[in-house]
Amino acid sequence: MLRFVVRRLLQAIPTLFILSILVFAWLRALPGGPAGAMLGDKATPEKIADLNRTLGLDQPIFVQYFKFLGRVLTGDFGSSLVSNQAVLDEIGFALPATIELSLTALLLAVGFGIPLGYLAARYHGRLVDNSVVIGTLVGVAVPVFFLGYLLKLWFAGEGLGWFPPSGRQTTGIDATEVTGFATLDGLLTGEFDAFGDALWHLVLPGVALATIPAAVIVRITRASVLDVVNEDFVRTAESKGLGRQTVRRRHVLRNALLPVTTTIGLQTGLLLGGAVLTERVFNWRGIGYLLAEGIERRDYPRLQALILLGAVVYVLVNLLVDIAYGIIDPRVRAR
Amino acid sequence: MTTIMPKRRKDKVDELAKAAGTSLTAQAFKRMRRSPVAITGAVIVALFLLMAIFAPLLTPKDPYFRYPELFTIKTPNFIPGSMPGFLFGSDEFGRDFFSRVLVASQQTLLVGVLATLIGLSIGMVIGGLAGAFGGWVDTVLMRLVDVMLSVPSLLLAISIAALAAQPSQWTVIIAVSIVTVPIFARLLRGAMLAQRSSDHVLAATAVGIRRRTIVLRHMLPNSMGPVLVQATLTLATAILEAAALSFLGLGDPDTDRAEWGLMLANAQRYLEVRPELAFYPAIAIIIVALGFTLLGESMREALDPKNRR
Repeated sequence: MLRFVVRRLLQAIPTLFILSILVFAWLRALPGGPAGAMLGDKATPEKIADLNRTLGLDQPIFVQYFKFLGRVLTGDFGSSLVSNQAVLDEIGFALPATIELSLTALLLAVGFGIPLGYLAARYHGRLVDNSVVIGTLVGVAVPVFFLGYLLKLWFAGEGLGWFPPSGRQTTGIDATEVTGFATLDGLLTGEFDAFGDALWHLVLPGVALATIPAAVIVRITRASVLDVVNEDFVRTAESKGLGRQTVRRRHVLRNALLPVTTTIGLQTGLLLGGAVLTERVFNWRGIGYLLAEGIERRDYPRLQALILLGAVVYVLVNLLVDIAYGIIDPRVRAR
Repeated sequence: MTTIMPKRRKDKVDELAKAAGTSLTAQAFKRMRRSPVAITGAVIVALFLLMAIFAPLLTPKDPYFRYPELFTIKTPNFIPGSMPGFLFGSDEFGRDFFSRVLVASQQTLLVGVLATLIGLSIGMVIGGLAGAFGGWVDTVLMRLVDVMLSVPSLLLAISIAALAAQPSQWTVIIAVSIVTVPIFARLLRGAMLAQRSSDHVLAATAVGIRRRTIVLRHMLPNSMGPVLVQATLTLATAILEAAALSFLGLGDPDTDRAEWGLMLANAQRYLEVRPELAFYPAIAIIIVALGFTLLGESMREALDPKNRR
């Protein structure tokens, strides 16, 4: 097992290495070059030349690359053009919000996706199945940001008014900040009204963000259950007289969930993309909001850091999924 | 010799003989004609294509002409709603929104088709080379593809679109197409690698046919099924991703251009005043994306050898 983990870790290194080269090249391809991009509107030829010298852009390209790598590895992404704060601080501040939202969405997607997918497979070809499948197809066809606005229009504010239309917390609520995770803080400090408030704010953006991953999970679960049901070992289990429930739980579902695990890992990419749109719609001050604002203001230092970190997180999550897969399924380790 | 065979049995034999002679594609096509899902998808796509082709003839008004007389109420934020002659009302510039929605089908189709075609071509070259040569070519190319896949798709599209000093329709199309490259590359490579050791390729090699001919005439055509399915599905996602980029402010700033994603993104500003401006393009996008998805999914199912009977 340890050897498998180490091997997978080592395999991620070349990917990350090439990625760093690409981001480095990306910086150089920006309009006005890295210095122009960093200075933004304030750029004058003198200032650019000045910054080029400080950044070491007059040095050979290899030296530049290794310096860039050194800065990135020490977490020095420069400061944001919008807020003048260090980009890393900005990200650290916004991260809990995005993690909270993404986890909510993931929980919703898995919580609804797996049972629905299983149900569809069990009633294969019948009304339940057809409606679930059509539901997933429509769910994928709706633009995420439009869905967010629809939810807001119907369930918040001027609509039914059940949920708050934006933000993470009601302004003026007396909440103590400990970890930055609004729900967790509420629990830790025993401020249950703040916890409830934070949870309430999570519902609509959580649902908006969960739709596409949920649809994907439903379809994978359904297909995978249908595959497994026809396997020999299921027939064996049935013919040796095991109860229906036992076969379903221990033989069908357990094996069918293997490919679902991988899919859940791959969803983190979708979640990251969806979070950008959802956070924009719901004024959710997380990573996606930073990114959307960074695009609008052409805040390249911020964009660079977010793109690189997004990719690193994605690679690491997939690595974890691979390892988890190795734990669940011994056959994977052998390869 | 006269064969005495019960008629029904004879029919069955005929059918089998016929099936043995038809290609997988022909059978898949036959299955699709019987599937309501495929028919629904095909009808939606056909209507969309017809709409795009004949849009200039269908529009009741000039979609680019601004009618200032529509702004009867002189409050800021007022946008005229539906009225005789203006079925969907007008947009914020006083242009006939119904005509714009119709005409926008052209640009939307263009974005979807071009993004898919560019992604498909580059992806096929990469995947084809990797699948045809194998060895170190395969390793290097696939490592590159892995890196592209290691960036979440919308993030990748954003970083490409952000490279342009001035966003335009083309930056959107290119950004969306690059995202699809690794998917096509992996698909084609996988399908071609699977064939390298298959009987017909082995036979062709044994007869002494040149490798280029084998790759181009034997391996490539037989690998196109999954690629075509993916291309159909990509038409849907490309339109959706283009809309997302427009929403993030990376779309074409030209206010004249009518494209559903762009219209939907712009309409967010007037959601409180006139939500219809968002609804019509959104519904159009959803229906079209659904059409391509239905068609693609039913193609996938029909081409799946597991369903061959």
